[in-house]
Formats: sequence, C-alpha cells, structure tokens
Amino acid sequence: MFLKFSPRAMFYGAGGGNDIQWCFSQVKGAVDDDVAEADIISTVEFNHSGELLATGDKGGRVVIFQQEQENKIQSHSRGEYNVYSTFQSHEPEFDYLKSLEIEEKINKIRWLPQKNAAQFLLSTNDKTIKLWKISERDKRPEGYNLKEEDGRFRDPTTVTTLRVPVFRPMDLMVEASPRRIFANAHTYHINSISINSDYETYLSADDLRINLWHLEITDRSFNIVDIKPANMEELTEVITAAEFHPNSCNTFVYSSSKGTIRLCDMRASALCDRHSKLFEEPEDPSNRSFFSEIISSISDVKFSHSGRYMMTRDYLSVKIWDLNMENRPVETYQVHEYLRSKLCSLYENDCIFDKFECCWNGSDSVVMTGSYNNFFRMFDRNTKRDITLEASRENNKPRTVLKPRKVCASGKRKKDEISVDSLDFNKKILHTAWHPKENIIAVATTNNLYIFQDKVN
Amino acid sequence: MFARGLKRKCADGDEDMEGALASLQRQSLLDMSLVKLQLCHMLVEPNLCRSVLIANTVRQIQEEMTQDGTWRVMAPQTAGQAPRDRLVSTEILCRAAWEQDGELPAPGSADGDAPDLVSHLCGAPSAPAPRSTQGCVWDVDGPGEDRGSLQKSLDQIFETLESKTPSSVEGLFGDMDSPYYDLDAVLTGMVGSKSARRPLPSSLFRGQGGFLQAGRPPGPA
Repeated sequence: MFLKFSPRAMFYGAGGGNDIQWCFSQVKGAVDDDVAEADIISTVEFNHSGELLATGDKGGRVVIFQQEQENKIQSHSRGEYNVYSTFQSHEPEFDYLKSLEIEEKINKIRWLPQKNAAQFLLSTNDKTIKLWKISERDKRPEGYNLKEEDGRFRDPTTVTTLRVPVFRPMDLMVEASPRRIFANAHTYHINSISINSDYETYLSADDLRINLWHLEITDRSFNIVDIKPANMEELTEVITAAEFHPNSCNTFVYSSSKGTIRLCDMRASALCDRHSKLFEEPEDPSNRSFFSEIISSISDVKFSHSGRYMMTRDYLSVKIWDLNMENRPVETYQVHEYLRSKLCSLYENDCIFDKFECCWNGSDSVVMTGSYNNFFRMFDRNTKRDITLEASRENNKPRTVLKPRKVCASGKRKKDEISVDSLDFNKKILHTAWHPKENIIAVATTNNLYIFQDKVN
Repeated sequence: MFARGLKRKCADGDEDMEGALASLQRQSLLDMSLVKLQLCHMLVEPNLCRSVLIANTVRQIQEEMTQDGTWRVMAPQTAGQAPRDRLVSTEILCRAAWEQDGELPAPGSADGDAPDLVSHLCGAPSAPAPRSTQGCVWDVDGPGEDRGSLQKSLDQIFETLESKTPSSVEGLFGDMDSPYYDLDAVLTGMVGSKSARRPLPSSLFRGQGGFLQAGRPPGPA
C-alpha cells in the first residue's frame, strides 16, 4: 500500500513516519567477504545528542564516529560520520580460579549525558564494566623554563630569563582513558547495562542477577534482583535484558527467556525479587509447538523516550507494551513471520537463538529491528505501515534511495522478491540504532556499519 | 535412498500415519536437543540462556512422551537390533522433520516403533548407511572416534536422564559456579582440556544437515 506524493514516492513506497525515503549515506568497515572475527560488530549506540556514534566489536575495541558539522551552504545532506576515536576497551582475560577465558567482546555501550567538555561512556564485556572518558586536546603548553621543547630538562644554572608558558594550538588529539573499572560482581555473563535517570547510578544484568552501581564507587554494588534457584538443577528461566525507566529513577524492567517482563520498584524493597508488574501475553494455542518457548524468549527490551511504553523483541516479532496494561501488548509487529514454518531448521542451525535488538525513533512513532539476509524492518506505529530495507554495498551511492525489499513466503515469487529459501542466514542484523533527534540510523551487519538518512531536498 | 515424496499405502489410515509421523518428529527433535546440550557442555563456558532453553525443550518432549506412554527405559537387549531399514527411516524422519513440507515419508513400520528409535540412538554402531548431504545429526565429520565418543556421551546422557524422573533433566546444570569441566566429566565422561579456548567446532554439528545451510542455498541434495 503505497502513498503517492510523487512519481518517485510511488515507486519506492513509503515507510517510516511522514513517508520517509531512506537513502544510503555511508558504510564503515572492511570490504572483503572474509570476516575477521575480531571485527564482528557487537553493539551500536548513539550518544544523547546524536553527534557521536559508538560501536563495539568482538575484539574488545570501541570505535567512536563523530558527525561533521553541517555545511550550511550544501544542505543536501546531514553531516557525515567520521572516526573520532578508537581504543581497546577490554582485553581477553583468564579466570584462573575457574580455568576459563573471559571474552573481550563488547556486549553493550551506554553513553552518559554530557556534563562538561569530555564525553563519558560505559562499555562492558561478559564480566567487567568500564567507564571511559573521551576528551579532546587541541592545545599544548609551550615555553617552559626548566624543560626544552622535546622534554629534556634544562640545567637551571643556564637559565638567565624567565617566561610564562603559553598554550599553542596543536592537531586535535582525542584521548580515551578508563576512569572506573567495575569488576568482580558478576558470576554469569553480563547482557545489559542501563544508566539511571539520576545519572549517578546504573544497573548491570547477567543471566541470573542484576546489580546496582554508583558511578563513583567501584568496590561494591548492590544486588537488586537474584533469580538463581537454590538448586541450580531447577533452573528454567534466565534474565535476558534489563533497562531503567527513562524518567522514574526507582523503576526498571527486566525480561526473561520465558517471554515475560517484570517491572520493579526499588523503593519497595532492597531486593526486588517481587515484581510490581508482570507483563506476559497468553500463548496462542494454535501456534503452539516445541519451539514456542524458545521463540518467546525476549532478546531486547527498550523503553520509549516518553517512558509510557516499552518495546520487546522476541524471535519473530516486536511488541509494544503500555506500562499500564500487563496482560497483553498494545501493538504487535511481525518481523519475519515466514520463518515460523522453518523453526525446526532454524533450531538445528542455531539461528533460533539469535538475539535481535530493537530501537525507537526520537519521537517514538517508528520502531526498527533487524532480520536475516541483511534486511532490517521499520514499523510506523501511526500509519501501521512497515518497510523492509537491505544493508548492502550494492546501493552505496550517497543519496541513493533504498528500494523496499520483499520476501516471498510461498507460492509464486514475483519479480524483485526473494524467496525464503534464498535468504542468507549468516547475514544477520542484530544491532541497530536510531539518532535521538534526526532520521539517521546506524545498522550493523556482521562487520560493517551502515548509516542511512532520510532524503533531504 | 528414498526419494522425497515417496508414499506407501498405509493400511491404518491417515490419522495414525500423522500420529506416527509426529512422534518420529518429536523423537528427532529430542535427539537433536540432546546433542546440542552435550555440545553445549563441551564448551569451556556454556551459554546459560541457550542451555536453559534447550533443556526446557527436552523436558517438554519428555513430558509429552511420558503422557503418551512412549517414554520407555532403554533396554540394552534391544540395542543390538539396528536393522538397516530402521536406520533409513530415521534418516527420512530427520529430513521430514526439518523440511516440514507436509509430505509424508515412508515410515513403513512406524507405528509402535517410535520407542525403539530410542534404542536405535544408542544401539546403532558404525552402520554406514548412505547419507545424502542433507543427512541427519548423526552425519558427523570424521567417523570413527568422533562418532564413538559422541555415541558414548549420548549413552551417558541417556543414563543420566533415565535414572531420574522422566521430566527432569537434572545434572545438566549442577553447580554452575564450579568449573564447567567438572560438569562435563559428570555428563559426558570426557574431561575436556581445561584451558581449551575454542569450543568444539560447531561445524561438527552445523552445516551437516538440515534445510537451511550456512551460505548455501538449500534445495534438493
């Protein structure tokens, strides 16, 4: 169903609010098909202003891109993102007690709101969270009395006059330094970190526990959720994601592998084992199979910017929940329903365990999530229209409008459609991010980062 | 190798056929899940979420099989019988389960044979039945020792499962705080290399069968 404003819009269709036409902007990363494992992107996150875009990879590195300031004269596109800083956030570690290697892969990055000239972000691997300070240096002092310019010390007896050192401009240097290391608080693998709206505390969640930290204090954290059973043999459910409410600093949610979301109020008790609200949709008996539980497992949970809704992603769908209604979501969007008949194969090749993320646009009117074959999907909550786009180097001319894609589930395949059997399940888009204010999105394929923008006339 | 879609007349009617097919599919899923769990625990540090989900699936199947009365204790004496035709039907079963295209394969003596497939699991030694590229999970790389150890491990998993109540998969998580290789020893009898960083290559399992192959467009073999 296409809205026709112009001949071009008629062909390209509409998706996203106000009939956005998405255009290719940039792609970052290696061109060759041979993917180095360390380059696999594991997280993508815009900062609060959208000026900075951070990615984390399997090799433990963080790369931050900065948006160029818009050129007022050439206003046909928004500023490009260029590398701003690259640093090694986490290194592989060895846990000697358990004889286990700890992966350096960056699971999540979360930005702190900017308070001064420097930028701060939290990055985490499976076990350790680090607070990084990223600061610019574009001046350096020159004219010391006791030191030469190259650093050698001058013999004080040779000093005959005194001068005041002055700051001179230098080439911009961006430095990243670890300011806090929050370690040894998680037995299991950390899957989420979330900064509280008080900007002083944050939570970290692993498979069985959630801890509350103060950003200034590294040697202790408070355990606020613990679902580890006394007898591990009784374990049937794990925590899959957690997030603080954007406005209420006492409220957070966590999702589980059984498709439930629990909302907790930290004022209720120190250990929030009893939820304030439990969000769960009753199972559809007609769709029941041995895979029902696995596909109901929630891979991501995100509050809307307004704080009124939250979105969850399970294997086949995206659901929007009203925080005031626990018994079912208010909206459900099918991401790739054509996979429902292939669940056995997807279980066999492990794709059914893929954890897709999801995100909101700045105005909470559109949600986005990834799929296979380097496809990603957007759902407009107002118009109820959806669109499937592809992140591929084939459309890599800037300002090329992306062509909507369509998967043919069964029957006759139309021209330009792709049949389910031809989908490449190795090309999965797990991580996507939406600029907080503009229609700029970052989409991560296995080892490339694509940036798309809406068409600016 | 039976061609796809080969049908045989079934005297009992379609309903029984479907029921038998369903139970064969269920058995295949159970086998697959157990292999996954075992591979899971061979990893130096298993993914807990994945393990839990697979274990829950196994539990579900066992519960259903218990209700159906098809869950039986493995009897060693039946282990020896692994007639070739049963071997072949298992393979078709695997394919049927994965393809889910609604076509009925030729289960042949499927009725009432489902529980015997449990024994087939442990009883079939190195039967070199012809395998297509879309073979079943047993089509592991490097026969001989790999298969032998896989078989042995599965025996042990079954022992573990059989000796407890049918609906429990105890012992699969043990004490997760202790080194995982202890768990391995309990479950599989294989004390893997402690410092092995690499998990067992998933190519052992992946890419050996199934409908959707990594990077390869699926289709008839």
